[in-house]
Amino acid sequence: MKVSSPQFKAKVVTALADPHLRDALGQSRKGFVNGRGALVADLPEFEQLRDQARDVKNHVLANLDHYLERFEAKVTAAGGQVHWAADAEDARQIILGICRRVGAKTITKGKSMVSEEVGLNEALEAEGYQVIETDLGEYIIQLADEPPSHIIAPAIHKTRAQVAELFEAAHGGPRKTTVGELVTEARLVLRDKYFRADVGITGGNYLVAETGSSVIVTNEGNGDLTQTLARVHIVTSGIERIVPSLEDVSLFQRLLARSGTGQETETYTTFSTGPRRPGDPDGPEEYHVVLVDNGRSKMLGGKFQDMLRCIRCGACMNHCPVYGAVGGHAYGWVYPGPMGSVLTPLFVGLDSTYDLPNACTLNGRCQTVCPVRIPLPELLRELRHAQRQAGLRPAAETRALKAWRFVAERPRLYRAANRLAARALKALDSGSGRLTSLPFGQAWSGLRDLPAPEGRTFLELWQARKRP
Amino acid sequence: MSSRSAILDQIRRQLGRGPLPPEAVAALDARRPAHTRIAVGDDLVPRFIARFESRSGSVARVAGLDEVPAAVAAYQARHGLPPRAAVARPLAGLPWPDGFSHHPGPAGQSEILSVTPCLAGIAEVGSVVLPSGPDSPTSLNFVPDHHLVVLHSGQIVRHFEDVWPRVRALPGGMPRALNIVAGPSRTGDVELTLQLGAHGPRSVHVILVEAPM
Repeated sequence: MKVSSPQFKAKVVTALADPHLRDALGQSRKGFVNGRGALVADLPEFEQLRDQARDVKNHVLANLDHYLERFEAKVTAAGGQVHWAADAEDARQIILGICRRVGAKTITKGKSMVSEEVGLNEALEAEGYQVIETDLGEYIIQLADEPPSHIIAPAIHKTRAQVAELFEAAHGGPRKTTVGELVTEARLVLRDKYFRADVGITGGNYLVAETGSSVIVTNEGNGDLTQTLARVHIVTSGIERIVPSLEDVSLFQRLLARSGTGQETETYTTFSTGPRRPGDPDGPEEYHVVLVDNGRSKMLGGKFQDMLRCIRCGACMNHCPVYGAVGGHAYGWVYPGPMGSVLTPLFVGLDSTYDLPNACTLNGRCQTVCPVRIPLPELLRELRHAQRQAGLRPAAETRALKAWRFVAERPRLYRAANRLAARALKALDSGSGRLTSLPFGQAWSGLRDLPAPEGRTFLELWQARKRP
Repeated sequence: MSSRSAILDQIRRQLGRGPLPPEAVAALDARRPAHTRIAVGDDLVPRFIARFESRSGSVARVAGLDEVPAAVAAYQARHGLPPRAAVARPLAGLPWPDGFSHHPGPAGQSEILSVTPCLAGIAEVGSVVLPSGPDSPTSLNFVPDHHLVVLHSGQIVRHFEDVWPRVRALPGGMPRALNIVAGPSRTGDVELTLQLGAHGPRSVHVILVEAPM
């Protein structure tokens, strides 16, 4: 998928001026954040579960080669086939190869972020396959020809009226007005596709080493129809999504839906193990798992290994004030929000993603809610450091920080500078108690006022109070 | 070099070690995790019903398996549905009324209603566990508008983890498909408005049989 992260700032300006987007983001915040909050408050074991989930993921990463080999052996024993994709091109070629071999025409897809990551739809469509996204949100953005703006609610930025317009153009009128009518229309249109599909492609929330199963967790049932009714089922998943045993899946099931959508459980948790067996009346004739590396293995053993614990729940973006203001498209690639601001630079490079690690206030909410305790703010700070080492950060910033350091290391000078600034800013106050424009901070005061200082520094006030 | 060995080599290089020695592999294979389970209480049947109904699932209670056909007929009458269904083979021998036509599946595109047994119910969140097999097509769980699940109260277990020994004990172990279903299909993808019946069943109805299996 094309990276448009260099246009981050321009996209932010557009996003902030979009009233529909603000409404949509406001709604989702309420739903997801309150939902999670209520469930977590109800579960005294939650913090302990987070610790255990973090530990299981760390255990898997430390033994990733072993668990991948075990998984492969089990899939093979169940009659399925594992394919290893070193990068996006590898993944596309593997899947195109399968589709060609089985003479596919129609391909249905359940939601898969990895397939977005490797640009699968474009590759399939370029070879003339009819590709149909079946998750309602993904279907909507496929009609709109847009990337997802949220990893679990891809069309969160679209209003009902916009969806109605897209459906009318795609399916013919009359235009529907209620959410119920729109969902029913999509249901009817997609029904036919499931039954006609040659290949069904889904993601994998977990890959279970013990049994060789891929697991999807969904609310709509589209992933299940996709993989049950197509002749061939292909799973695309990152190599880090392995869990050792069924018991480990149970642990993550207690965290995933609560953290992400604010549900006690999602509607469907489905384990797929190999193709149709002798005597089975339905199910796919072939079962393939494409294990995608695409930069993941390079994160092992380094400063960014913690990011490989991510279970793609969406909690970090649901709670991020920056995501909440600008939405997912501004981030310019597949993964938005805090987890995307870490992953995108690591996957596509530091140069084209300069703004992402910087568009963070380091408020830490993401880390507070992450079910696998990824220290996201720390990783973002680490990326800023990497930018500096790569010589990507502006010279003016370096000069300013040097000047600040010079002053901060000299307490008398520091206090004198503070006193001067406090008095100068007070002098600028015209009596309203607010400064509407700052001499060296136009960008900051362009959007908000600064409360005017009272003319004395904190230290001066403190010392004055200490005297009897 | 194949991508397989390239990826595995890279993983080992990054972890600063070679392939794991046999002792370490044996230790990993012997790992049996005991993660924290959430407090569920002892009243498993009421808990199951309350949790399942909290997500718009419905439950009818009957005394014995013989009463299942009447419960199905009552459901059909309530929803104005024709007297036909896809009925999984293990339930085909129940005393279905005259005029009720049924077939064992798989479900066709216009299937309206299915009746299936299940492996277990989970009290923790209120969900049913449906393994695939020659007598239980997976399509029965997803294609029809209405899915009726026959669950014996003795099949209700406390936690997710209590299902796994039962699954491992199945002939053939892990089935091709194992579906844990917590209610009707739903979506919030348009304006985050909850809507039932996105792609899977619009209604999932558990017929809870009090008598032991």
